[in-house]
Amino acid sequence: MDNAIELQPGFIHATLVPILYLVSAVTFIYGIKGLTRVRTARRGNMWGAIAMLLAVVATLIDMGVVDYRWILIGLAVGSAIGAFAAFKVAMTEMPEMVALFNGAGGGASMLVAISFLWLHVIEEPSSVGHTVAFALQTDSAVSTVFGILIGAVTLSGSVVAYLKLQGKISGQPILLPGRHVVNLLLFFGSLGVGAWFVFFTTDHFSIGVAALVVTVLATILGIMLVIPIGGADMPVVISLLNSYSGLAASATGFVLNNNVLIISGALVGASGLILTHIMCVAMNRTLANVLFGGFGMVEQTASGPASDYGTVRSYSAEEAAMVLEAAQSVVFVPGYGLAVAQAQHVVRELADLLESRGATVAYGIHPVAGRMPGHMNVLLAEADVPYEQLLEMDDVNPRFKETDVVIIVGANDVVNPAAEKEPGSPIAGMPVLKVWEAHTTMVIKRSLSPGFAGIKNELFEYDNNIMIFGDAKEVLQGLVSELKQAAAA
Amino acid sequence: MMGPLLISIYVFVLAMFVGREIITKVPPTLHTPLMSGANAISGITIVGALLVAQTAEPSVSNIVGAFAIVLATINVVGGFLVTDRMLAMFGQRKR
Repeated sequence: MDNAIELQPGFIHATLVPILYLVSAVTFIYGIKGLTRVRTARRGNMWGAIAMLLAVVATLIDMGVVDYRWILIGLAVGSAIGAFAAFKVAMTEMPEMVALFNGAGGGASMLVAISFLWLHVIEEPSSVGHTVAFALQTDSAVSTVFGILIGAVTLSGSVVAYLKLQGKISGQPILLPGRHVVNLLLFFGSLGVGAWFVFFTTDHFSIGVAALVVTVLATILGIMLVIPIGGADMPVVISLLNSYSGLAASATGFVLNNNVLIISGALVGASGLILTHIMCVAMNRTLANVLFGGFGMVEQTASGPASDYGTVRSYSAEEAAMVLEAAQSVVFVPGYGLAVAQAQHVVRELADLLESRGATVAYGIHPVAGRMPGHMNVLLAEADVPYEQLLEMDDVNPRFKETDVVIIVGANDVVNPAAEKEPGSPIAGMPVLKVWEAHTTMVIKRSLSPGFAGIKNELFEYDNNIMIFGDAKEVLQGLVSELKQAAAA
Repeated sequence: MMGPLLISIYVFVLAMFVGREIITKVPPTLHTPLMSGANAISGITIVGALLVAQTAEPSVSNIVGAFAIVLATINVVGGFLVTDRMLAMFGQRKR
């Protein structure tokens, strides 16, 4: 039968599949664009998933009929693990989850590069007697080395970040002597071994061994890069590893000459870099300082010992509730301590109560309030706090002057006036929430112990500040019941 | 004429700029979902994993490739689902 519209294999591989990849890439961009607004974000994420499905379908079309056994097993196992993790994870543990997923993405890219090398060089009879650069073309061959390198660094670095976040290894910076030299040796060593197996040998056994050496060196490098970084800097590290996982996917795209991988990898790479930058600005640190500095080693300056406080005013829940009764405008400033105490729901209960009494309520969120970018917003959203009430630092700062009461829960360094008023302070210049401009501030805290920066917070001594000592959840519950009693009376 | 490598580099650089332009507009409220969503997108390497795991008889390449599929699928499926779970919480307004 003469069939004019019969698809030629050439058409499928050279035209149809690349066009599907292009549609997929555009859909990814459209999906991320959806994430620029809360109202469209969920749909945007769905478009991202559709784009991924499209890319997978295009790839399957490109492959034609092959043996699907391994593929199906891999897809089934991966889907089961991924779905289980996604439904089970607690919102407080999102940083750990994202760290592990970063590692999985980087690890996958590393394995693809290794597998590609085996498939097309070591297991390929026609490549005997040729260098990798000849067998794969130079650009693919060089990209393979970078794919292994970036992927392995992302994998091992993410695992270390995960263990630090979990507290399984110390959150303190672990500083090995001579680590910068060791890291440089590892980096250039793996590039050197990579260059050697790409250009200078035709022996397949040596190529395989050398590729594994690159993998091992890069894995050690990933561990060495994250081990010295302290727990407080993990938001930066996770963002950066997020970027690496994208760059690893891009490298895989260069290996396979596949533009959809290059484009989506670059999008993720850009996203991670931007978040890294935002986190660094919020902590008033340079990226180099985070990566190579080893925080927590700052010398004490003008403020004196971190625990040396003059008179601080301490109120009971009952006294504090009386202040709140008169408040017309209240801003909550939550820190990660809030999530540790599992007090998000009580905060919202208190906020509802204040609103029902006619007060306006808002939340001032510092960019590093949680343990990853935007983490505090998710934790509060989980407690049904309307997102319209979540204000960023720049929006909430001008409002403090007209605010009656600011309630600071589980936050410390991000409300420290020393950042603005003491040029010699270790956190001088760090953008902070100017809570002290409000009529009254209430700090709910277990003790006067310092935050991550390890310095004194003069806010605690201010005349308009009230300390309420105790567990965040219990204190907030106390405030709620006091206010309810007052309303009933 | 540009070689294929140069075209790829063009694509990469331009895509980075597109990413930068859109992502700077994402509000801080959505930074965690952005990160986990971007994370899922980095699972695009699944395309590469599919291409290397397609032979029948067990060999180093397709066993390693199958593991790559597992890791990439965890990344993709887990990433999109957890992002959806988070964004669903932002949507609701029961007042």
